[in-house]
Amino acid sequence: MIYLTDLEDLLFTIKQQFDYDFSNYSKASMLRRINRFAEINGLKNSMDLKFELINNPIIFNTFINEIVVNVSEFFRDPSFYKSLVTAVFPYLDSYPNINIWSAGCSFGEETYSINILLKENNLIHKTRLYATDISSNAIERSRKGIYSNINFKEYTKNYFECGGKNSLNDYFVSDGKDSIINSELKENILFTNHNLVTDGVFKECQLILCRNVLIYFDNDLQNKVLKLFYDSLPIHGFLVLGKKESLRFSTIYDNFKEIDRNEKIYQKIK
Amino acid sequence: MTEVILIAGSAGAFNCILSILNGMNKTIDIPIIVILHRLKNAESNFESILQINTHYTVKEIEDKEPIKKGMLYTAPSDYHVLLEEDRTFSLDVSEEVNYSRPSIDVVFESFSLILQDKCLGILLSGSNHDGANGLKLMAERKGKTIIQDCLEAEFNNMPQAAKNRYKYHQELNTTNIIKLLNNDYK
Repeated sequence: MIYLTDLEDLLFTIKQQFDYDFSNYSKASMLRRINRFAEINGLKNSMDLKFELINNPIIFNTFINEIVVNVSEFFRDPSFYKSLVTAVFPYLDSYPNINIWSAGCSFGEETYSINILLKENNLIHKTRLYATDISSNAIERSRKGIYSNINFKEYTKNYFECGGKNSLNDYFVSDGKDSIINSELKENILFTNHNLVTDGVFKECQLILCRNVLIYFDNDLQNKVLKLFYDSLPIHGFLVLGKKESLRFSTIYDNFKEIDRNEKIYQKIK
Repeated sequence: MTEVILIAGSAGAFNCILSILNGMNKTIDIPIIVILHRLKNAESNFESILQINTHYTVKEIEDKEPIKKGMLYTAPSDYHVLLEEDRTFSLDVSEEVNYSRPSIDVVFESFSLILQDKCLGILLSGSNHDGANGLKLMAERKGKTIIQDCLEAEFNNMPQAAKNRYKYHQELNTTNIIKLLNNDYK
């Protein structure tokens, strides 16, 4: 078992050795993930883990992938996608070219969900999607776009609930085990590594999605990342957070207008 | 001194929670957290029903919100709930545990790690074994642990699983859970 008292020292070592700074991550989540990783790898305590990370560089990649949470699904929270299509898409349509940033894209489920809706609303031809994640494993898997068939029943239900116009199957080629996303839905997406903690603005985007990523950060880091989003948005650009996340306690709250309070869709007004 | 009361359950727990809340002395203000397995993407009036039955102010948990006295917090569906050292909540969408998110095990484990003996966990009716491991951990960390009387529980798999995992939990029916709360937290 690794305890809260071990955490600071452990994170310091990780920063020194590997240049990943997790010191402003939520401690409760971090500790839980680290313990899970230790358990899977048969490491009994903080000393064991430190020794393994330092002496076995290959394991560090596995470590990063394990502790940076990557759980996602297609059309998670259908009511959100519905609102996005009705409240935000018409506005985006007024631009000749659209840039969208999906920050913390995990395995690409959200990014492809958005792209499917862009296609169904005739916006895909003028949209460029930038999908970023801290984990290179996540980026690699996103690019491949292969998903287990197990969850597709739920995905299909979600898709219809958010107003999907076709059949979700139309967008995939499936064998008995997996489904791969159609290549035409990959063409306008750039999947790339980006660390919200250390990397800066890379592109002005009219819509930024960052759902269920900020919950893993403490208040200071949340504010820092929100400032980065603020700087990446033009006036009237949209920011979307996770359903239980909020701008309300942040330093940039006054610069935004609530477009949909329940679905956490905000628009930059100054 | 108990800092937080955690009340958890699944199928068949809701009415029991309402009875407990109704029966509690109005002077008690220790923060309560209710963790109930709920359907995803289904709007419910769960919070408003709780509010009619308690003197606490009912509120769904928000990320990084500080825990306050006189509040009853509910765990949002589709998120795990964790406790930070500074007594604020953290939400988490990592994989389901026991096919559940929120998972009772995850909540009990996280809260007892921070609060040690300063928490009370109550595990009620339910038809799976979520909560059994967490309640055992809580007991080992000297927190107070109660399971609903397995003869009373509408679905007794949940309290029974906790009992099988660790036999020293107090096993009480609803009336006695209320009595204990009113006695201990006058």
